[in-house]
Amino acid sequence: MSEAVKRDRRQFGRMSFAQALQYRLPPAGVVSIFHRISGGLMFVLLPFVLFLLDKSLTSEISFDYLRAFTSNWFVKLVILALSWAYLHHFCAGIRHLLMDLHVGLDKTSGRKSAITVFAISIPLAVLVGLKLFGAF
Amino acid sequence: MANNNIGPKRLVVGAHYGLRDWLAQRLTAIVMALYTIILLVEFLGGRNFSYEGWAGMFSHQWFKIVTFVAFLSLFYHVWVGMRDIWMDYATKSVAVRLVLQAATIAWLIGCAGWAVQIIWRV
Repeated sequence: MSEAVKRDRRQFGRMSFAQALQYRLPPAGVVSIFHRISGGLMFVLLPFVLFLLDKSLTSEISFDYLRAFTSNWFVKLVILALSWAYLHHFCAGIRHLLMDLHVGLDKTSGRKSAITVFAISIPLAVLVGLKLFGAF
Repeated sequence: MANNNIGPKRLVVGAHYGLRDWLAQRLTAIVMALYTIILLVEFLGGRNFSYEGWAGMFSHQWFKIVTFVAFLSLFYHVWVGMRDIWMDYATKSVAVRLVLQAATIAWLIGCAGWAVQIIWRV
């Protein structure tokens, strides 16, 4: 058993990162890889989110500190990235759940729903960005 | 039926951990989606965007518990997702992958502790 595990096997079907960048993905594939990227981003920024929640709730003083802290353009940019990640992950996740229920599994509807994910998540992220940077 | 579950004939599949994680990922996703809706309805419905409005939402015990459940769902969900990522990309060495996975769990438990402190301090 352990010998079978240790035996050197050739690995097939793995592409390098440079090859992966050149690979033309269908819309569903783009949704999928961004699902992973947005999830990883939110994992990395989890302490930042907890920090924001902490400051927003602890006291009126920390709330005011948060106000000042989030008026910085770079912090706004990070929050915008997080908002996009959440929106994309949310929409792509709903698509996943629908597909688990065997809704829209064929090629055409899979493509349509993938485009729908972007059509919903990107405008919403743009709205968040406009609000963050004080357009309205 | 003879006991054929020992020795070389031992059944090595059927632990269901694949199914369990898959199902847990879906269920925790549903919990978080519901929490997102509750949070938005509470926050936008209250129309009080000051500190009082925001902290007031979190002062109710039911909201603390719902938030806590959403956070636990989040951490389990993150674990399943990060485990997938490590399994897909950290393939060169089992030791490295094990360290990354163990570190992820430790990190998430730490975050859970912080989340509890934040929620119940208000």
